[in-house]
Amino acid sequence: MSRFIVGRIAQALLVMVVMSVVIYALIGLMPGDPIDLMISADPNMTSADAALLREIYGLDQPLYRRYLAWLGNAVQGDLGYSRLFGQPVLQVLLPALGNTLILMATAFIIAIAIALPLGTLAAAKPRSAFDYSVNMYAFAGISLPSFWLALLLIMLFSVNLGWLPAGGMAAADASFGEQLRHLALPVATVATLHIGAYSRYMRSAMLEVLRHDYIRTARAKGASERRVIWVHAWRNALIPVVTVLALDFGFLFSGALVTETIFSWPGMGKLIFDAVMGNDFNLAVVALLFATALTLLGNLIADLLYGLLDPRIRAGGGR
Amino acid sequence: MASATTKSPTQLALQRFRGHRLALASAALLALLVTAVICAPLIEWLLGHSANQVDLYNRLAPPSWLHPLGTDELGRDTLLRLLYGGRVSLLTGLVAAVAAATLGTFIGLCAGYFSGRTDTVLMRFTDSVIALPLLPLLIVLAAIDLTKLGLSEQLANAESVSLYRIIVIVALTGWTTVARLVRGATLSLREREFVLAARGLGASHGLIMRRHILPNLLSPIIVAVTLSIGSVILLESVLSFLGLGIQPPLASWGNMLTNAQQLIWEAPQLAIYPGLLIFITVICCNFVGDGLQDAFDPKAES
Repeated sequence: MSRFIVGRIAQALLVMVVMSVVIYALIGLMPGDPIDLMISADPNMTSADAALLREIYGLDQPLYRRYLAWLGNAVQGDLGYSRLFGQPVLQVLLPALGNTLILMATAFIIAIAIALPLGTLAAAKPRSAFDYSVNMYAFAGISLPSFWLALLLIMLFSVNLGWLPAGGMAAADASFGEQLRHLALPVATVATLHIGAYSRYMRSAMLEVLRHDYIRTARAKGASERRVIWVHAWRNALIPVVTVLALDFGFLFSGALVTETIFSWPGMGKLIFDAVMGNDFNLAVVALLFATALTLLGNLIADLLYGLLDPRIRAGGGR
Repeated sequence: MASATTKSPTQLALQRFRGHRLALASAALLALLVTAVICAPLIEWLLGHSANQVDLYNRLAPPSWLHPLGTDELGRDTLLRLLYGGRVSLLTGLVAAVAAATLGTFIGLCAGYFSGRTDTVLMRFTDSVIALPLLPLLIVLAAIDLTKLGLSEQLANAESVSLYRIIVIVALTGWTTVARLVRGATLSLREREFVLAARGLGASHGLIMRRHILPNLLSPIIVAVTLSIGSVILLESVLSFLGLGIQPPLASWGNMLTNAQQLIWEAPQLAIYPGLLIFITVICCNFVGDGLQDAFDPKAES
């Protein structure tokens, strides 16, 4: 098991290093460079000045030299300044991370709380009308464009009914109710989309477990159907589901990019989008790397959880 | 055994597919959509104006005989824009899904067939790609300046380049599912007698992969492509919605929704139609894919 863990961590680290090169190179391929932006801001700048500035900032160096210099600084904790926000990158990044966590954790918990019972009940009565409806909902959930759902929710609850704000995040000193009102629509968007997929995982995991002999034994010794489903089967069916959920949680940090952008929720997704669109090179590189690291961490946790929850895998020494 | 009544696996699969009413209805609906977007020029001719014709005196007009679904913020006909946008969205979905599947098949086939170290390296690579946060990276890929890659100014800014760019981006990121699928199937196929026989007869690796293994992989690949067309259309629409995919004036269902958000107070109807069409198309692809899966592999219980 420990060899397995070390292997996975090493792989994740390797991916991180490769991705830092890829992301740095890709950001370098974005339109314009910082000096172009300075030129457009200052009409008096001559091309000689621009060349001098490029030399000062090292932009005349080849890509790999720039990358190494950036990496050297980054390792020492100097991630540079954000052009858009005029602050050190880390000071911009951390609040955004917190905001994403608020949005995503709420949506995630709500989605799980609804999807797991739905999937379990659907599996308890396969091919019933209820099972059919849950299945239809799941198909709708994976087929709905997130941004369209967001637009529809805005249309209904902000434009027509006027109950909820169409976007933004409440000020830190606003009342709890006000915070919740701003949270409602983005959370609803993310949760609605995920409930479908999660209930499907739960249903198929449950169906798989219900086939086992020990379930037949439980029924044979007279356990009530409710007890068989919710005590005997449920716990084992949760193992694969928890793994998939842990995997998904990593993706949630960046996956809400669209939702955050539409609702102007100041989280990681919107930050990445704004940084990329606004030519904020320093911020874009670090934010993307952060998102990658968090996703990889989610994957790693999912792998470890799987081994931890299922003793059969632990005994087998991993995969 | 009366051989006249024996059915080929394909016929059996088709028969099972026909029993899947939802998938059948979805296939019919998709066929209808495809016919409609193919007939776009005909409808354009019938209505007597073109899809990109701006009419500022007639902005946000309600539905009329001349404009069956009204007009948008520039007075362009919504129905025609939807049809032409549908061409772009459906074509991108199909081509990109096939391109991604081709890449995935190639990688999966190599990994599964050669196994050993090739397999380890390729699959570790695949796992790593799966573990990446896709959407943010796609946004960067969609935003890169093609002139910095050595493309000429003219070529990089051509109208159709946004279309090719999306296809390439999707192919570069969407191949992983197919690669895993193909690799798994190839691993078991390569040990089968007919492959061993072909190898014994001196067939080259390339020939065995093309003639003996690939045809046996066709049905799972078809299922995977059908299912991925839906997700590709979703991806294209998201990127286009964010202003990074298909560039106006070329319409796509995604970029038609970009302005709809700003106009949501004045003209909410503009936000309904394109999204509804995306939703219908994607869910139909998913139903058809699901039906095909059951038809080709009746043992697998979904």
